[in-house]
Amino acid sequence: MVDQFMIGTRIRDRRLQIGQRQSALARHAGISPSYLNLIEHNRRKIGGKTLLKLAEALDVEPSLLSDGADAALVANLRDAAATSGRRDADLDQTEDFAERFPGWAGVLADLHERNQTLERTIETLTDRLSHDPFLADSLHEVISAVTSIRATSSILSDTEPLEPEWQARFHRNINEDSARLAAGAQILVRYLEGAANREAGMTSPQDEMHAFLAARNFHISELEHPDADACNIAHLLQGQDAQALSVPAQHLMHEVLRRYLTDARALPLDAFLARIDELGPRPDHLAQATGADLALVFRRLAALPPSRVGPVGLAICDASGTLVFRKPITGFDMPRLAGACALWPLYQVMAQPTIPLRVRVRQTGRGGDTVLAMAVAATAGPAGFGRPALTRMHMLLLPDPRGETGDVRDLGVSCRICPIHHCAARREPSILAEGF
Amino acid sequence: MDTTGKRVLLIEDEPNIIEAVSFILSRDGWEVKTHSNGHDAMQTIRDRAPDLIILDVMLPGKSGTDILEEIRADADFAETPVLMLTARGQDKDRDAAERAGANHYMIKPFSNADVLAAVRQLAGP
Repeated sequence: MVDQFMIGTRIRDRRLQIGQRQSALARHAGISPSYLNLIEHNRRKIGGKTLLKLAEALDVEPSLLSDGADAALVANLRDAAATSGRRDADLDQTEDFAERFPGWAGVLADLHERNQTLERTIETLTDRLSHDPFLADSLHEVISAVTSIRATSSILSDTEPLEPEWQARFHRNINEDSARLAAGAQILVRYLEGAANREAGMTSPQDEMHAFLAARNFHISELEHPDADACNIAHLLQGQDAQALSVPAQHLMHEVLRRYLTDARALPLDAFLARIDELGPRPDHLAQATGADLALVFRRLAALPPSRVGPVGLAICDASGTLVFRKPITGFDMPRLAGACALWPLYQVMAQPTIPLRVRVRQTGRGGDTVLAMAVAATAGPAGFGRPALTRMHMLLLPDPRGETGDVRDLGVSCRICPIHHCAARREPSILAEGF
Repeated sequence: MDTTGKRVLLIEDEPNIIEAVSFILSRDGWEVKTHSNGHDAMQTIRDRAPDLIILDVMLPGKSGTDILEEIRADADFAETPVLMLTARGQDKDRDAAERAGANHYMIKPFSNADVLAAVRQLAGP
């Protein structure tokens, strides 16, 4: 609907904005200056040809003069001003601002809408954390176990003398509660990691690729034959399970299978297993005996059937620290979406790429299992003049050797779900620390 | 402090917490009775007539807050000191407990010394 009472004001504002005299505009539009003056003061209705000529002379769309700024845009800007709480926002000038600077007004309105969407998302997530029955039950279970352990350990520590039967009973209680705590914490972390993925609303190509490999225990028997070649890769990718993957995931799979084939040719399965029988699953000895680099030995160990070498985990990251390959092991989980713990030896070898590391590590809140981590940096592509070589950091994970003692490094999975307090490597608060 | 004959009723569903808290209080001379669900907690309170009630908020059957409201509505126990235990530490939870009539409110995990101090303060002579 034409807002007749505002058209004149808009014409006047636009004319002044572009610095045109009233007489000049009247001449361009083919009307008298006195008639234009009456129009500009909203004392004459206009439309049709006069409106079109004035719009042309003012270099604006006729609708901007007749309809003014978009009503929704103006309402959005008013809402933005009200939400900001700024008293110096000239609400009376909102429509004028939208008409004069429609582009900037649109940007401001879009930012306001986005801000509101994000606030709603935060509210939803906060509400979910507060009212999710599974989360509440899991936290209650964990806190109950912690409470019991604290009270019982305090009795054992502070009560002198404590009768042997009480001592035995409280030791048993602590043992029960610590097992309950470990199980509860693991359930909670799995749930939170799953929740993060659900919030993302989709599975990433990386997740699809890892699910494909996990379904085969990370061992691709078709590529282990001495005469396996690219045809086997093509055949694998034409299989029903590979065809179910998204196109980006299939591309990832292709690269992973190509590297697998190259690795299998460099360290053929039977010969490699014979070396392991002879030397044990010790990467440095295997590298020395086969002449292969440590990263290759790591990848081959992680690709062997678990029945032959037991559990083997492997994490690979690129130079940005992003995990591009994840094969977890009991006692050592890996985040799917968030960045991993900066204390992992995987990241330490970035700073000292020529020095492999061997560290016993323990992920806090994962049941107390100690895991042996070995890390090394490897070149993943050739360097060029003015172009650095691509590197990939590898970290092999094996169960802690029996009888080994010495320092153990405590670390986490990812900051958001890590209970370690006062960690110098922390980059964001933990919801576990906040929750407790 | 002479606690002889003073009765504490601990209403809590975690067996090992019950055992630990009972031990601490018994060693301090309190006569401790326990109850582990919300269903018939009020009946047990009437049967035991405790000098102080330690009440967990999250109980099977009925919440500690609901039980506390029943306690305060009963003329015989309207003045009985109640120490609430909860895993929820938000202000709104504390406010809800105080509105329902809790005399003291402790967040899990608590220290034994704090529990003992609170019991002595609430039910002491």
